[in-house]
Amino acid sequence: METQSFQKIYTRLTNITKATVTLKADNVGYDEIAIVDGRMAQVVKIIGRDVTLQVFSGTEGIPTNAEVSFAGRPPQLKVSDELAGRFFNAYGEPIDGGPEVNGETRNIGSPSVNPVRRRQPSNLIATGIAGIDLNNSLVTGQKIPFFADPDQPYNQVMALVALRAKADKIILGGMGLSNDDYLYFKNVFDNAGALDRIISFVNTTDNPPVERLLVPDMALTAAEYFAVDKNEAVLVLLTDMTLYADALSIVSNRMDQIPSKDSMPGSLYSDLARIYEKAVQFPTGGSITIIAVTTLSGGDITHAIPDNTGYITEGQLFLRRDSEIGKVIVDPFRSLSRLKQLVIGKQTREDHPQVMNAAIRLFADSVNARTKLENGFDLTDYDERTLEFAREYSLKLLAIDVNVDTDTMLDISWELFGKFFSKAEVAIRENLVQKFWKN
Amino acid sequence: MERKDKTTGSVTGIIANLVIVEVNGPVAQNEICFITLGDEQLMAEVIKVVGKNAYVQVFESTRGLKPGSKVEFQGHLLEVTLGPGILSRNYDGLQNDLDKMEGIFLKRGEYTDPLNREKLWDFKPLAKPGDRVIAGDWLGEVNENDMPHKIMVPFKMEGSYWVKKVVPEGQYTVNDKIAVIEDEEGKEFELDMVQKWPVKIAIKAYREKPRPFRLLETGVRCMDTLNPITEGGTGFIPGPFGTGKTVLQHAISKQAEADIVIISACGERANEVVEIFYEFPELDDPRTGKKLTERTIIIANTSNMPVAAREASVYTAMTIGEYYRSMGLRVLMMADSTSRWAQALREMSNRLEELPGPDAFPMDLSAIISNFYSRAGYVYLNNGKPGSITFIGTVSPAGGNLKEPVTESTRKAARCFYGLSQARADSKRYPAIDPIDSYSKYLEYPEVQEYLEKNVSDHWLSDVLHAKDILYRGKEAQEQINILGDDGVPISFHERYWKSELIDFVILQQDAFDKIDAVTPIKRQQYMLSKVLDVTEMSFRFDNFEAVGSYFKQIINLFKQMNYSEFGSGQFERYEGELQALLKERMN
Repeated sequence: METQSFQKIYTRLTNITKATVTLKADNVGYDEIAIVDGRMAQVVKIIGRDVTLQVFSGTEGIPTNAEVSFAGRPPQLKVSDELAGRFFNAYGEPIDGGPEVNGETRNIGSPSVNPVRRRQPSNLIATGIAGIDLNNSLVTGQKIPFFADPDQPYNQVMALVALRAKADKIILGGMGLSNDDYLYFKNVFDNAGALDRIISFVNTTDNPPVERLLVPDMALTAAEYFAVDKNEAVLVLLTDMTLYADALSIVSNRMDQIPSKDSMPGSLYSDLARIYEKAVQFPTGGSITIIAVTTLSGGDITHAIPDNTGYITEGQLFLRRDSEIGKVIVDPFRSLSRLKQLVIGKQTREDHPQVMNAAIRLFADSVNARTKLENGFDLTDYDERTLEFAREYSLKLLAIDVNVDTDTMLDISWELFGKFFSKAEVAIRENLVQKFWKN
Repeated sequence: MERKDKTTGSVTGIIANLVIVEVNGPVAQNEICFITLGDEQLMAEVIKVVGKNAYVQVFESTRGLKPGSKVEFQGHLLEVTLGPGILSRNYDGLQNDLDKMEGIFLKRGEYTDPLNREKLWDFKPLAKPGDRVIAGDWLGEVNENDMPHKIMVPFKMEGSYWVKKVVPEGQYTVNDKIAVIEDEEGKEFELDMVQKWPVKIAIKAYREKPRPFRLLETGVRCMDTLNPITEGGTGFIPGPFGTGKTVLQHAISKQAEADIVIISACGERANEVVEIFYEFPELDDPRTGKKLTERTIIIANTSNMPVAAREASVYTAMTIGEYYRSMGLRVLMMADSTSRWAQALREMSNRLEELPGPDAFPMDLSAIISNFYSRAGYVYLNNGKPGSITFIGTVSPAGGNLKEPVTESTRKAARCFYGLSQARADSKRYPAIDPIDSYSKYLEYPEVQEYLEKNVSDHWLSDVLHAKDILYRGKEAQEQINILGDDGVPISFHERYWKSELIDFVILQQDAFDKIDAVTPIKRQQYMLSKVLDVTEMSFRFDNFEAVGSYFKQIINLFKQMNYSEFGSGQFERYEGELQALLKERMN
């Protein structure tokens, strides 16, 4: 971007909607930032001399003679090591009372990685949560959301995952975060003594919704700095992407675009993919891993937001309350990590894939047994044993408060197999049974 | 579209990647232009003209673009460059060679040459002076990865010509002149090995396009046996996320009996393309023993790459397919996923403020899709030799709902339907192709039936239809059992159900990650199907319903062991022997 030697100030708005203003202006670039009545805005449409600006914080109180000046550049972030440990708003301005960050100025929303330059993701991320490490292992460079109902403790689980994962940097992109949750993240990170590894870009529910649109790009610009320039393993947490998508639909609605399914803009897939595809394993060793949250309404995954997300991300994690043990577990049936094949049995112990499958199959048998029980049918001895197995399996492995390493998870599984089943019922390859079976 | 002076214009409006250009001369629909932004040139395509305003879709980000920017129109449509050296390349949707681009990130306005201009090719002449030729006729051939790559009279040349000269056998670069031809008026044309062709127009350098009749073997049993696709046929695979669309597509592209495989990764995950980049150079082509990369071309326009180029990418892939078909080769083209292509059309239609059709897709979606599918097919070239493009597209139905516009429109265009079922995927029955809902219209073609009877077995068709009936009856029996309870139905219901399970486990389910089970040649499929059908014809003695299940589980286990064994090996025969003994035990 060329620097502008003079800044012309415009003072005549021709149109004002709830999210946009339009005025006549010259020499304005697409995507450029402007200040409208002291508020940050971005060019979203130019027709002849008519320039339409999206005002991030809303247009309440903006008069038709508001002062408008153009910055001649897209939204930017200053990147350097000074970012570490800091909290910023959606514009990248400090909100923790600290000083401005010095560093190199970068445009947010950088171009895509050339697909032939990507490396295949291949490093396991250990979280200590067996519902993830055992059944749905995560890999650096992966992108995966929690599909969760709003009442589920997804932010807590995500904070746990973030702290236990051995990431060099954790970047939190909070969109529509309640102030309580924001403080929760801040406390958890602080108490863990991990604050120097963490960078946060936060838009809380107190802030205008359209501002959220900047958060993922800010977070990912910082992530790319650490992953590319510093070859670090960066973990990006995005919560809640449903509120991001809602903000997209607000803007497209104000711009009179024709909505597609569920009132979402027709470009929702591309808009989400642009963010999630920033997850990458770089050839130079750095990586960006994205763990996001997509809140569901009533568990409906056919809604346009989770549906499009599912087609983009490499799996999804579901949380569920297991009433048998009274704890939240990672649902072993609906959760899926598409990249686990790249690491299980390779970076983990050889018995991992078979143990994982056998345990889930036996857990599924317990669900059938439960259905029988609820319908008043008699249970066989095998049914009884699957129910007991399921209870311990949930308690010792699936519950999100479990924190052990993968070998221990496998050992616990073998213990449970030996305790409740015969070798034939577990049906694992003979050589593994000989090596690991516990009586 | 020949013009003396280039039409130019200047930008007057910008809405995301839709740019309005005021022009000072003639422009054509779909004409390519370049917009100057600083020292970058952004490629764009005309998609609508209103008065002096041309609406163009830009294949790049328009960030920073200003009204008044200069635009230069090129006088041609979006074209691909065709010549030796396309095999094994990784292109983006506009045929830029991705490997030639510098740096980790894609640079805006960087366009790279799809061909290697320095490489020397061993050229052999096929035509001689005095031959009469028309567009698409073979003048010579070079060896491209051991594939005879024909050098043809450019498709753009209309009318007929006399060959004046063809260079002798030897080494030439693609830009060396290899032939001179002369038209009716005596005008001479010097030809090299490179030609260009607009992607949105089908190459029609062939004599006739008969109905497809030859089976295209994919090695995937629930396709080849139950719902076969033909050389030159069309099929589509709709499925909700997580049902194994991509694994199935990769399996087909690895195993199918094709000379050339073109994979168009259209708006999907980049890591899936990376998997191909990593796997294919390691994997052997099961038929030739060469590496899979040698017969493969990848067009990668992943979901984060510019959306207009995504729309172009499937056309780029299809045009390259037509080029290789004109050499008398069997081309298999896969597009994953055509829904993303349709969404690219929707985004543009939306910005153009066109009146929307269902789900805000453009009204002519159905026509665009069927037009595209019709470019596949089996052809006889002008020299009588056959060539084919088999096209299989995946569809990602929104919300898993098969009534959505892209699935509906594709159903009208494609002849094979391989519906992936969430229920089958949930119970890990892979590939999750639903045996009841899926179909292949080719089974109804008399020429296909004749081919199968001649080349597979004389009772193949009736066997296949019989197997489908058993699956259907098994499903009905299962529903009855679920409603009335295990005890509430006669034992024969359980037998019927388990006979369908036998077909399901032995024929339909296939382990894509097992070396032997992953690929089943048609001879073996025929052997196994008739073996399984023999069992379904037998009648057994059972005292109670529990005995039925446990007995059939044993049969299924032995059949599965056979599937995992080398066909006809000692191991295979041993399991077969055990199976016979087991069957004797209970036969009536």
